[in-house]
Amino acid sequence: MATTIGEKKVTVFGEEEAKQLVNELRVVAYDSGRTRSYSWRVTQLKNIVRMCDDSEKEVVEALYKDLAKPELEGTLYELGMIKNACKVALKELKNWIRPEKAKTSLTTFPSSAEIVSEPFGIVLIISAWNYPFLLSIDPVIGAIAAGNAVVLKPSELAPASSSLLAKLFAQYLDTSAIKVVEGAVPETSALLEQKWDKIMYTGNGRVGRIVMAAAAKHLTPVIMELGGKCPAVVDSDINLQVAMRRLIAGKWGCNNGQACISPDYILTTKDYAPKLVDALKTELERFYGKNQLESKDLSRIVNSNHFARLSKLLDDEKVSGKIVYGGEKDEEKLRIAPTILLDVPRDSLIMSEEIFGPLLPILMLNNIDESFDVINSGTKPLAAYIFTNNKKLKEKFVMSVSAGGIVVNDTTIHLAVHTVPFGGVGESGMGSYHGKFSFDAFSHKKAVLYRSFIGDAALRYPPYTGFKLRMMKALMGGSFLAILRALFRGSKP
Amino acid sequence: MKMERVDKELAELRHTFRSGKTRSLAWRETQLKALLDLVHDHQETLFDALHHDLGKHPVESFRDEIGVVKKSATHSLAHLKNWMKPRTGSIPLIFFPASGKIVSEPFGVVLIIGSWNFPISLVLDPLIGAISAGNTVLVKPSELAPLCSSFLLNTIPNYLDPTAIKVVEGGVETSQHLLNQKWDKIFFTGSKAVGRIVLAAAAQHLTPVTLELGGKCPAIVDLTSISSHYDTRIVAKRIVGGKWGPCSGQACIGVDYLLVEEKHAQFLIDLLKKYIRRFYGEHPKESNSICRIVNRRNFERVQRLLKDPAVSASIVAGGFIDEERQFIDPTILLNPPLDSELMTEEIFGPLLPIITLNDIGESIEFINSGPKPLTIYPFTKDEKLKKMIVSETSSGGVTFNDTMVQFLCDSLPFGGVGESGLGRYHGKYSFDTFSHEKAVMERGFYPELEPRYPPWNSFKLKFIQLAYNFDYFGLGLLLMGLKKH
Repeated sequence: MATTIGEKKVTVFGEEEAKQLVNELRVVAYDSGRTRSYSWRVTQLKNIVRMCDDSEKEVVEALYKDLAKPELEGTLYELGMIKNACKVALKELKNWIRPEKAKTSLTTFPSSAEIVSEPFGIVLIISAWNYPFLLSIDPVIGAIAAGNAVVLKPSELAPASSSLLAKLFAQYLDTSAIKVVEGAVPETSALLEQKWDKIMYTGNGRVGRIVMAAAAKHLTPVIMELGGKCPAVVDSDINLQVAMRRLIAGKWGCNNGQACISPDYILTTKDYAPKLVDALKTELERFYGKNQLESKDLSRIVNSNHFARLSKLLDDEKVSGKIVYGGEKDEEKLRIAPTILLDVPRDSLIMSEEIFGPLLPILMLNNIDESFDVINSGTKPLAAYIFTNNKKLKEKFVMSVSAGGIVVNDTTIHLAVHTVPFGGVGESGMGSYHGKFSFDAFSHKKAVLYRSFIGDAALRYPPYTGFKLRMMKALMGGSFLAILRALFRGSKP
Repeated sequence: MKMERVDKELAELRHTFRSGKTRSLAWRETQLKALLDLVHDHQETLFDALHHDLGKHPVESFRDEIGVVKKSATHSLAHLKNWMKPRTGSIPLIFFPASGKIVSEPFGVVLIIGSWNFPISLVLDPLIGAISAGNTVLVKPSELAPLCSSFLLNTIPNYLDPTAIKVVEGGVETSQHLLNQKWDKIFFTGSKAVGRIVLAAAAQHLTPVTLELGGKCPAIVDLTSISSHYDTRIVAKRIVGGKWGPCSGQACIGVDYLLVEEKHAQFLIDLLKKYIRRFYGEHPKESNSICRIVNRRNFERVQRLLKDPAVSASIVAGGFIDEERQFIDPTILLNPPLDSELMTEEIFGPLLPIITLNDIGESIEFINSGPKPLTIYPFTKDEKLKKMIVSETSSGGVTFNDTMVQFLCDSLPFGGVGESGLGRYHGKYSFDTFSHEKAVMERGFYPELEPRYPPWNSFKLKFIQLAYNFDYFGLGLLLMGLKKH
């Protein structure tokens, strides 16, 4: 549907367009079977690697425009991770595609069984603004590896990245099966009205609910990568300098705190807090210099909405007087300096929602064991961190804190390890991906059982008798003795 | 059941879960053993209840309900310790020293909604999974199988931990109230229509869901590749057994319709008629080996499928209806109109349409023109056809040359795809379906990698690029000053 505004023809992506798009993809995914071929998948994955290599400069520029993201974060946390994901997939794809043999039991003897991975069909991936390339392409890699046709809807809050993605995909990938739809709420809604075979959404819980409700109409399975308040518990008697560096790298080093797995707040004891704050201040200055508001190694806040949201957290009267470091803001440049708040009350605004910014509240406890109540009184976060050398405390943390993932003595690195699943639980999400988990996330695991004609037991069929009942019990119980006994007793009632 | 009471039960389940009681292997094993005792001690009562609610014969009840529960609980007990062990994930050298593992933990408070056609096993089998994974559970059996439902309500508290496993009886109003609450996981078995409602309700709380739904499960009968006297009899028996055997066609994995080549159709019909007669006698209404239709509403629904004159004209066997007893004969229809309700909706009753094709290969396109079914049952010896069916159709599962038995295979995931369902269970898949797989990574404080941290410079950029590529040789060169950056 095109309308004319002045001299320009404007194409609107509405329900008609979405329906047409889905129908086109159905033909490709189902009728032609193109996306299922191994060579097609390999070609697309190789093209993604090429795309990343060729466009590094453009990507860095787009990220700078959208987020003032430092070059290193762009090349490494976005492009580097994408290329890695492709390489892992390319290396392992043959193995992943191969059907898995399954054991069979006495009750189905003789038979053989396997589990066959097949693509769901057509997949919708809705991405986020904070890592606009990584969170778009990483899921696309999984969907392609599993043999699906894909539509990507990048976030409109990172507009330069969104249009670069559209341009690059059209240039490097098979546009008959992999498409980018740019837009905001109307376009996303039009897409969500359609029937998809799988939907993956990265973002916040409010929109996550809307996506899942739309999916429910078509019984579409979903993966949700959401967020939450990721706590970092800091015990005493540790290498504080290393711990703080790792914390800073995971907080301000990740898009200036605007990352779903950034440590959101710290829990430590009253006694240890002063040392902790000093160490933080020292390392922050070492990393970002004296004028941190202007540092080129820190992303800016994505837009004025989020800037206002974060300002409000600082303006909350419950936290006035609690700022012990930073707090500088530049509304015009959308910058906020790394800010530490000490001893914030648990009912303050900053402790009631995911911060997603460069503010770090520190909660002070009488003893470190109180952290568990604090963490468990909130919703399950995407990640939880603990810095400790105390084996018992560590084990208790792993056992009793429910989170998407847990890292001990570091932050965020589990994102880079493809042998562990990356995903949330409860409010922080459902489903997981990375490595083979991506392939599995976008595959239906079909159980295939091959039965033979020999060995048909009459006892399966009516008319039913007491003898058949006894034999059946014995057979299903798997006990040879019982089978013999039943046979011996014969068909006597 | 009063809604306030339901809320109290839910609150207690939350409290019990928080206490950590359900996390121990000992607790889980005790519950599973108690469940085995329950079905063992009350076998006769269960036979009676199933016979009352559905007209199920004890052999069918044992095979599809009690036996399944015993098998699943025993399997779980044998493997639970292993399932609970964390799995290790290998960590790239660059993170050394580090360890990574995947820890399975229970979701928390689980809601299981059962179905009426297998009112015992479709509640207790998922329950076994939920308990094995360490959750607390609320079970809502189907009200359409009333004696079974009240059996569960009255007996479960005497065997299982009443603070952690609860039963709530009720109809639509109760289900709606339950679905409005926040659960950590919902497991639903039933129809597509209600499945949508469950999923929409779960979306409000971002609750993960497993839906075991249904669909039209086709059987492809390739009598060109199967021709021996013995083999064709097996095919007929297994089809009859897979259609009317499980709850008289009222089963999600029951055979819904057949696809056969035109030239073999009459042969197949005659063979099926022979075995229907052998299994159920001349007057199936009198047979004690076939279930009845569960209630008036479903009886009228199935009866209505035959009202279309084009449909009733295609009846080639059976067709006898006893309104008073709500009984419909095992009925075979040959080529009813494809746009009839009989051919567009899941039948869930004792009617078996046969659709003829020119070539058996056309069955693939036929099946693909409809929603993805829960299972496809191809009867064929043609290896090429087998491969094509597996790769060109999509369904929850495929079972070659038999019907129903995949349900008993604990090493195969049991679940649908598309409109036939979401998620899976049985065996370890039951344990996994009720578990959150938590990634746990641990690092030491030493050694430390300076290049991880700002301020950034070209050396650090190169270092991390090499690290990302796991190019340890390159890293070595860089560190020794032998690489440009």
